[in-house]
Amino acid sequence: MSEQVLTYREALRAGIEQALLDDERVFLMGEDVGRYGGCYGVSKGLFERYGAKRIIDTPLCESGFVGVGVGAALGGMRPIIEVMTVNFSLLAMDQIVNSAATLRHMSGGQLNVPLVIRMACGAGLQLAAQHSHSWENFYAHIPGLKVLSPATHNDARHMLIQALADPDPVIIFEHVMLLNTSGEVLEQSEASMEKALIRQQGTDVSLITYGGSLGKALAAAKQLKDLNISAEVVDLRCLRPLDTKTIIASVTKTHRAIIIDEAWLTGSLAGEISAIIMEQAFWHLDAPVKRLCTAEVPIPYPSHLEQAALPQVEQIVTAAQAIMAAR
Amino acid sequence: MKHKLHLDRVHLLAQLKQMLRIRRFEEKCAELYGQEKIRGFLHLYIGEEAIAVGVMSALSAKDNIVATYREHGHALARGLSMKSILAEMYGRTNGCSRGRGGSMHLFDKNHNFYGGNAIVGGGLPLAAGLAMANKNQDKQALTVCFFGEGAVAEGEFHEAMNLAVLWKLPVLFVCENNRYAMGTALALSESETNIAKKASSYGMAAEQVDGMNVVDVEAASIKAVEQIRQTNKPYFLECQSYRFRGHSSFDGQLYRDKAEVKLWQEKGPVIRLITWLKENNHLEDEELSNIEAEIKAEIQAAIDFAEQGQWEPISDLAKDVYSPPASSTNTSHATNKSQGEQL
Repeated sequence: MSEQVLTYREALRAGIEQALLDDERVFLMGEDVGRYGGCYGVSKGLFERYGAKRIIDTPLCESGFVGVGVGAALGGMRPIIEVMTVNFSLLAMDQIVNSAATLRHMSGGQLNVPLVIRMACGAGLQLAAQHSHSWENFYAHIPGLKVLSPATHNDARHMLIQALADPDPVIIFEHVMLLNTSGEVLEQSEASMEKALIRQQGTDVSLITYGGSLGKALAAAKQLKDLNISAEVVDLRCLRPLDTKTIIASVTKTHRAIIIDEAWLTGSLAGEISAIIMEQAFWHLDAPVKRLCTAEVPIPYPSHLEQAALPQVEQIVTAAQAIMAAR
Repeated sequence: MKHKLHLDRVHLLAQLKQMLRIRRFEEKCAELYGQEKIRGFLHLYIGEEAIAVGVMSALSAKDNIVATYREHGHALARGLSMKSILAEMYGRTNGCSRGRGGSMHLFDKNHNFYGGNAIVGGGLPLAAGLAMANKNQDKQALTVCFFGEGAVAEGEFHEAMNLAVLWKLPVLFVCENNRYAMGTALALSESETNIAKKASSYGMAAEQVDGMNVVDVEAASIKAVEQIRQTNKPYFLECQSYRFRGHSSFDGQLYRDKAEVKLWQEKGPVIRLITWLKENNHLEDEELSNIEAEIKAEIQAAIDFAEQGQWEPISDLAKDVYSPPASSTNTSHATNKSQGEQL
């Protein structure tokens, strides 16, 4: 086995399975992860293979079972907690933010919380305003947490193992539009989990993105090539801590940056990255930084409105043309 | 191994001393707060000492403790040194949490003392998780979770009750019912004011105990702990008690009568035990003053220790936000440096 083609869902499942095989302290816990096979089918079949002690169905009590995960991690286990979607994770935010993220620092370094929380995020399935949001930035705001956004199948396969090897709490966001897509999976990760990767080399403009928007940025880069614009695509992969070095190196090379971020514009990670570029690469810029984010509305149900709310390939292409024209 | 209740004189004097240590320590803390040696919030346990002392004496060193922001008494009764507790309240690096947490966040891994949690109800799921880890790893340890009756109104209380019973987790839930959630009386916050009854509706063994009587609390705890160790199932103790001081350092106590406070003070756990011991000729005035003198010396030593503590250098501000990078693995690259760069 050198490389194989898997769906994103299969890649996630293979990662969980490897974790269960590698370390008997690992267990998967969440709503309907067992007998049902996972709300999005990620853990299908694992209950049958690993049993009720390691694949644990929970009642609907996000704060309760995420808190149990924090306690179990303190007690020497390596829990993988699945929260169905980022929207539901708000019910567990107390345990994530007030406990998991603070315990190490607040205890003077005595305790650590080796916990991994996986959650689905993102729009595109017409799931409307309570199941579709991109709130990675909520968690990326919190010192003590690490936040991952696997955008490729290889990262879907390997990031979980990297997260479990980390002694601190890690949150992994899995974009729902990626689940059914297929892609190449290598035998190992291309880089440490905290490193951003250049997915497409280019010289004219940096398209900086993560998660569900990576595919859109790559598609835009392809179209831009036909328009004689060489776009570089930066896949952030880790949203906290941000790999500032890779971002700055890319912008220093291209002198232009467009940030594509499925979150709402105000208070977004796109704003954070823009500020970092301003602080560290201002004199290298040939044009103002551009942010392409989701329209500031609760995600609506009908497809045409949902799609109108999200950043799209055409907008990226147009923005790149505009940024090239600005002199 | 069965843990028997020893109602002999030596044990009762030891329990009295533990309660008095907490009482005198906290009285001094209030004084030090007035002198601005201790800052932030200060939640005193005065009046409730019998609960921590009674419960802790039923535990083994392997057991885990999860407490609240009113936890000086629990920390002392668990065996954390008075020095490290006071230094923590001074915010010095010789404190039990390196001065990072203060009064509300006492931690000591060596005593399996997991805080010091200042989100009401937040400790309950955490305690259930520690219990799950103990059970799954056959550690033969149980987890004790202390919380006030105010937490009973929180969703996390009910989630934790359900999970602990559903999954048969070895947890002892100790509700310290001091009758006021900050300033809101029990009857104004609970549809059912019998908290043990509420817990038992989850299918858990639950009982009410006189939390002002250290012997009752210890006896009930021994029974509970024994049952948990045998069955691996949770157990619930509602200890009925009263807080003699305000909720915190900022409390005008407008919500209760002075007469009510006085009434409870008269049946306080310390005075009650002293009276009983004296009436039964188990305690001489001289013995009591010797105990008081020992405690006074311990408190003075704690103050000296705290005063001599160092302030953490500002250069260490971001230390321990994340664990240091593991040298053996190349998968993790967490460093405080990268954190520092973001600041």
